[in-house]
Parts: sequence; structure tokens; C-alpha cells
Amino acid sequence: MTGTLWIGTRKGLFALRGDAQRRQWKLVGPQFLGHVFHHVVQDPREPRVVLAAVKTGHLGPTVFRSTDRGRSWKEASAPPAFRKAEGSEAARAVDAVFWLTPGHASERGTWYAGASPAGLFRSEDGGDTWQPVAGFNDHPMHATWIQGPGSPIGQLTHSIRVDPRDARHLYLGVSSGGVFESTDAGGDWRPLNAGCAAEFLPDPDPEYGHDPHCFDMHPRHPDRLYQQNHCGIYRLDRPDERWTRIGNSMPRRVGDIGFPLVLHPANPDKAWVFPMDGTSVWPRTSVDGKPAVYGTNNGGKTWRRLDGGLPRKQGWFTVLRQAMCADDDERTDKLGLYFGTSSGEVWASRNEGVSWTRVAQHLPQVFSVTYGPAA
Amino acid sequence: MPTRVASPLRSYTEGLAIVEARGATVREALADLDRRYPGMRFRMIDEQGRIRPHIRLYVDTRPVLELDQPIEAGATLHLICALSGG
Repeated sequence: MTGTLWIGTRKGLFALRGDAQRRQWKLVGPQFLGHVFHHVVQDPREPRVVLAAVKTGHLGPTVFRSTDRGRSWKEASAPPAFRKAEGSEAARAVDAVFWLTPGHASERGTWYAGASPAGLFRSEDGGDTWQPVAGFNDHPMHATWIQGPGSPIGQLTHSIRVDPRDARHLYLGVSSGGVFESTDAGGDWRPLNAGCAAEFLPDPDPEYGHDPHCFDMHPRHPDRLYQQNHCGIYRLDRPDERWTRIGNSMPRRVGDIGFPLVLHPANPDKAWVFPMDGTSVWPRTSVDGKPAVYGTNNGGKTWRRLDGGLPRKQGWFTVLRQAMCADDDERTDKLGLYFGTSSGEVWASRNEGVSWTRVAQHLPQVFSVTYGPAA
Repeated sequence: MPTRVASPLRSYTEGLAIVEARGATVREALADLDRRYPGMRFRMIDEQGRIRPHIRLYVDTRPVLELDQPIEAGATLHLICALSGG
């Protein structure tokens, strides 16, 4: 068996378990039918551990934890929650746990969670109890940095990344806030947005207020950063401070707007995006009804359209930021890519996106597709 | 007092629609319920002590507007999940 694709949807949790060749996928589930699953993440440090960010239409947000690869689940004893407001402070309450990131490899049991409204939370016991990260949530600039309503479900903290060289070096993205960096384990933060467009703000080059949709750090070359932003695709090679818009080399008729961004686990020059229509009133559908992945082999200098097997016309789905991922097959041109759609389909490629096969359909709207290794 | 539990919360009460809670106020009753059914309160009440938007609480037929509302002897506490969309 190969690994598992965890499929978090608007109406429950599913899983796709693949054979060794990744040709056949068996759909399992639903579990927790009717629950909203924003993110489901298997722990690379302890593959039997899986965490899920969950709420329902009625009930408040929480985190479910499995220690047996999703066979059984327990709710967190103390889910992510802001501290009690004092005096005239804004009384923030977590509306949704939106993002989950395992902590540094040396910090077994440590996790980070991003929330709506924009909050950061940390667990040191495998996701059972969560504490607010005061250095971010109570930063004196927090309300200045993050002003907009963010997404349709509010402000979002997402794309939390931990530098594999240094557990204290963190990045995160905030919708209508930008990318932020901490070098002291979350004690202090600073914006890292120079060079990124924010066409919805009057300042042509603001320090913050940007809208990163998906931010990633290459796991083996952690100075290589990418982001799919509301206003384009960017790359940043640290210690530089200014992002370069690599989306300028996308075909003009397609543009460089979208939500997900996926990196090759070994090659820092390879990345994939799923463009959407960000013109006029922002339909946020596949461009021209012709869904396609675009990939680069050279850090964004050029992009290649990858739509073999995908609908040739009248395909209007799109893919959200957590709903596209890669597996861990590092053989040349063999990496598996996967995405789930707004129309409840899951598509898979065994050849880095050259050809695609639909491996599930008729599911609820897909919010999250993540890969977990078998062992 | 008898406490009527809406279906979305019954995963906490082992499927029971009616459970028992103790307390002279709604706050005390919810604390007692959370001791018996850990995690249940936070799904209804946020970290600032506010009733969540799609939750409605009633003592008999009187809506609960603040958690210190008293519960008289013989009253029933209702934990209701209001409409929340499709």
C-alpha cells in the first residue's frame, strides 16, 4: 500500500487509500458526516497521529485527534481559544480552526494551529491542549497589520511553516494581513511582504495588508520561499527581503491568481499551482471553464500547462488552498500530485501533473487534500 | 434539572436526548454538564463566555440572555441548535 489521501470536506471526512502503484484508490468514509473539516494533517514525526480542524454549522470549533491513523478519534481537551479579554479589549473568539502544522522534528508532540479570526495557537501535547501564542495574537501591531475582513469566513491564519534548521524560526500567512516571520519561537513577528502587490490597497507597495493565499517554504532548501497570493505568484530566496513575481511568466490569458501552491519535496525549482479566474468580479472558477494545473521546473522562470485528462471545456470547479498536495515519490518525474475540487471531485496524477485521473466524485465540497505516508 | 439536548450535542451525552444537570444558574448547570460530558460547554459557549451564534438556551420557555440567569426548581433547561444554513 502507498499512503493515504485525507479528504476534508464541508460535510465530513473521507480518505483515499492507494495501491502500491497509485493506480487504484479506495474511498473510505465518511466519518463525522455533517462536520466541516478545514484541514486534516498526518504527523510526519508519528505517522499514526492525525489531527483535524473541525466545526459544525451549529457548534463551536475544535480539534479531533487520532492516534491510530484515523480509525478512532478523540476531541481535544482544550481546543484553540483566545485568552479572556480584559477591559475594553476586543473580545475575540475562535470561529474556526483553519490550519494545522506539525511542529519541528525535534519537538515531538508540538503543533501549531491557525484560526479565524487571525490567531495562532500552539500545542505541546500532540494536539490535546492548546494555548494562544501571545507574541502573535497580542502583538501591539496585530490589529494594524490585519484589518480586512479577510476571506468569506473571516480573517484566516494559514500556511504556518517551521524552519527545519531552527525550531524557533517560523513563518505564517494571514489573509488581508500578509506573510509574517518570527525568529524567536513566536515571541515577536515582522511583516515580510516587500515586492508583493496589494491591488486592493491604495499604497502601491505597502509593508503589510497583503493577501497571501498559500505560502510555503521548501523543506530541504528552507531559504527558498514561494507564495500564491491574491495578487500573483511570488518567490523569495532568503536572505533577500523582496519577493519576485514569478507569475509574470504565466500566460497572460490565464493569469497568476489562484489558491493552492505545491512544492516538490526534493527539488526546490519545481512547483505547481491551480489558476483561477481573478478578473472582473472574480468568478474564482477555472479559467474559461478549462481547468489546468501549471507547473514550473525552474523556479518560476517558465510555466507549463498540465491538463491531460482534465475536462477540455465546461469545467468550472476550482481548488482551495489546502486542497492540493504532493506525495513523497521522489523518482524523476514520478511525484504524485492530487487535488480536490469545489464540486466534490478528487483528481490524481502519477507523473507530476502531465496526466490526471479522477479518483473520487460526488463528494461534498472539498476543503482539504493532504497526503500521509504509509509508514 | 432535566436538560434537553439537541441532536448535534448528543455525541457528548452518549446519544441521550435528556440528561440531568445540577446548578442554580445556567452557568452552574453548564459547568456541571461539562464535568459530566467534557468538551460540551465549549461547543456552545465561546472563550469570552458568550453563547455561540447558532446555539439557543432556554429555561422552560424563557430564552437565556446571560449565563447567570437562575434556574428555578422544577424547570427544564433546553440546549437548542438554531438553524445554521445548508
